Amino acid sequence: MTEIPLTHILILSSLLFIIGFVGVVVRRNTLFMLMSLEVMLNAVGVAFIGAGSVWQEADGQIMFILILTLAAAEVAVGLALLIRMQRRYRTLDIDVLNQMKG
Amino acid sequence: MSSFASIEGLFYLAATIAIVASLKVVTGKNTVHALLYLVISLLAVAVCFYLMGAPFAAGLEVIVYAGAILVLFVFAIMMFGLGIDETQNAPQSRELSLWIGPVLLGVLLLLELIFVIDNSELALQLNSQVVGSKQVGMLLYGPYLLAVEISSFLLLAGLVAGYHYAKPEHRGGRL
Repeated sequence: MTEIPLTHILILSSLLFIIGFVGVVVRRNTLFMLMSLEVMLNAVGVAFIGAGSVWQEADGQIMFILILTLAAAEVAVGLALLIRMQRRYRTLDIDVLNQMKG
Repeated sequence: MSSFASIEGLFYLAATIAIVASLKVVTGKNTVHALLYLVISLLAVAVCFYLMGAPFAAGLEVIVYAGAILVLFVFAIMMFGLGIDETQNAPQSRELSLWIGPVLLGVLLLLELIFVIDNSELALQLNSQVVGSKQVGMLLYGPYLLAVEISSFLLLAGLVAGYHYAKPEHRGGRL
């Protein structure tokens, strides 16, 4: 049985998630938005690991590994898109993309 | 000392470091400095994982997150050549103040790690509640095999998309 209460783990996770979410919403630089997304995914990982450690199950760590995979793929695609955006518009400001048409 | 030397005290210290570093990431002006703080945040979360009894996840966090994904960020920043427009907003001084923050938080984490490794009583306490990598591996290649296959598809898709989006315009034509 772990000594750290689940409540505190979840509070840490929510704090990190909120910080990342505020970063995604507030920042206009796309690179900072990607970094804030990383913070958010990491916060979800904290929640999974904490729950897995409280119930002494390995499932939480497996979910964390899957989140890790997701984060790696997301960052690869996101940074490639950012490189394309930097080449075309010479800036990383997300507001430049408001001219997109589907 | 006795209250601080418990697993809980160390966990709260690492959690505080993670939250402070994440705040600095979100509010940072300079890209590279924000990246440094992001590394510190991930390392602090890795210490939290270790204290929660998940050393395998802690190792993965350090190797994959802080080692691979953050290096990807560094490469991207180097390709953008962001040095020009980003550093105009940052403080101009090249003094101590620029890197004192990450270094301070990193040294704090290092001290905590040394303390945990050095203290055999704590290590004994941690060993009793550990969910080891053996359990994780058996579950991963047993009931979760389909999820592993799907995540390999996801990684392949990320690879193809990254190659497609980032290749030069004259070779690939329009997006």
